[in-house]
Amino acid sequence: MSKFRKKKKGMPAVNTASLPDIVFMLLFFFMVTTTMRETDLRIENPRLPSATEIKKLEDKSLVSTIYVGKSKDPNRDGVGYNKIQLNDKIATADQVPNFIFSKRDKIAEALHPFMTTSIKADKESNVGTITDIRLKLRDVNALKVSYSTQKGSNN
Amino acid sequence: MARRENPEINAGSMADIAFLLLIFFLVTTTMNVDSGVSKKLSEKPPPDYVPPVIKEKNIFEVNINRNNELLVEDEAMEIKDLKDAAVEFIDNGGGLGKPGEDGTPGTKCDYCKGERSESSSDHPNKAIISVQSDRGTEYGTYIAVQNELLRAYTQLRNRLSKERYGVSYEELEKQYKDAKKSADTKSLVDQLKRKVEDIKVSYPQIISDAEPTS
Repeated sequence: MSKFRKKKKGMPAVNTASLPDIVFMLLFFFMVTTTMRETDLRIENPRLPSATEIKKLEDKSLVSTIYVGKSKDPNRDGVGYNKIQLNDKIATADQVPNFIFSKRDKIAEALHPFMTTSIKADKESNVGTITDIRLKLRDVNALKVSYSTQKGSNN
Repeated sequence: MARRENPEINAGSMADIAFLLLIFFLVTTTMNVDSGVSKKLSEKPPPDYVPPVIKEKNIFEVNINRNNELLVEDEAMEIKDLKDAAVEFIDNGGGLGKPGEDGTPGTKCDYCKGERSESSSDHPNKAIISVQSDRGTEYGTYIAVQNELLRAYTQLRNRLSKERYGVSYEELEKQYKDAKKSADTKSLVDQLKRKVEDIKVSYPQIISDAEPTS
């Protein structure tokens, strides 16, 4: 008889043994999809203009990015929305060719025509600055340019 | 003597560690895909290059001044009206197109639906849009103008593609891209490619950036 009386009433604990598995799965997903920002921004995060006719940049490794915007440190770099950042330094348009050459060094020659320069410029920066960059890019035959924008709504 | 069992490692805190890592990656992840208005720059002209003479009526001039105001064909205009003006200009089809590379004479634009006015562009492949901006123009305005002009081309291409192939140009391009990715039969890929090229050639995007005024 005692055998039956022993039965204890109470909620059984939820088995959490598989919780780490679930969490790990999520973890791996985020680890794989994460892209870390490679360069520190010396300029304030540019407020991109918006457009509707946009194309996605296909191959990340063939893209070199030029930032244009307002410096985070106006005491050192001066004010205004026309500061150019190459790699992680504030630079001038004259240094753009060298920047492109250093990017090209890392990539096979056959792929050079497919390299794209993405210009991330603040919407308040001036067209003059962009033109300076564009002329320099043309000088070194980096002809594919993408003006980075947000996806705007169709009005 | 009884054999000692290996004590099991307590895995209770595993979930905590994994959560910590998970939260770290959640916070640092940026999922946005880079996208933008893509442009192909023209090659640097040789020093002795003489620009070809282009008839005034085949050029659609867009001026942006430093106050971000638009002057289109010598008339002030709002950005929202630019697309329709550009469509009208490109699609005019008032004359003969560019002669072919093998010397065949240019043909009339038989797919254009414009007014065929004498004073506007001859043919979509002759119609040049020239954007002149000031050095002090805001970049946002410049991109907005480029975007409107591209929208004009997209509208025309979509219309032509719908007429010829029953699907919009954007849809056609997507089909072509998908076909290339999935190992579809070569004939299908070629067929789609021909269609895309056909539309592209019918309405080529000719947008030139003039040197900005200072």
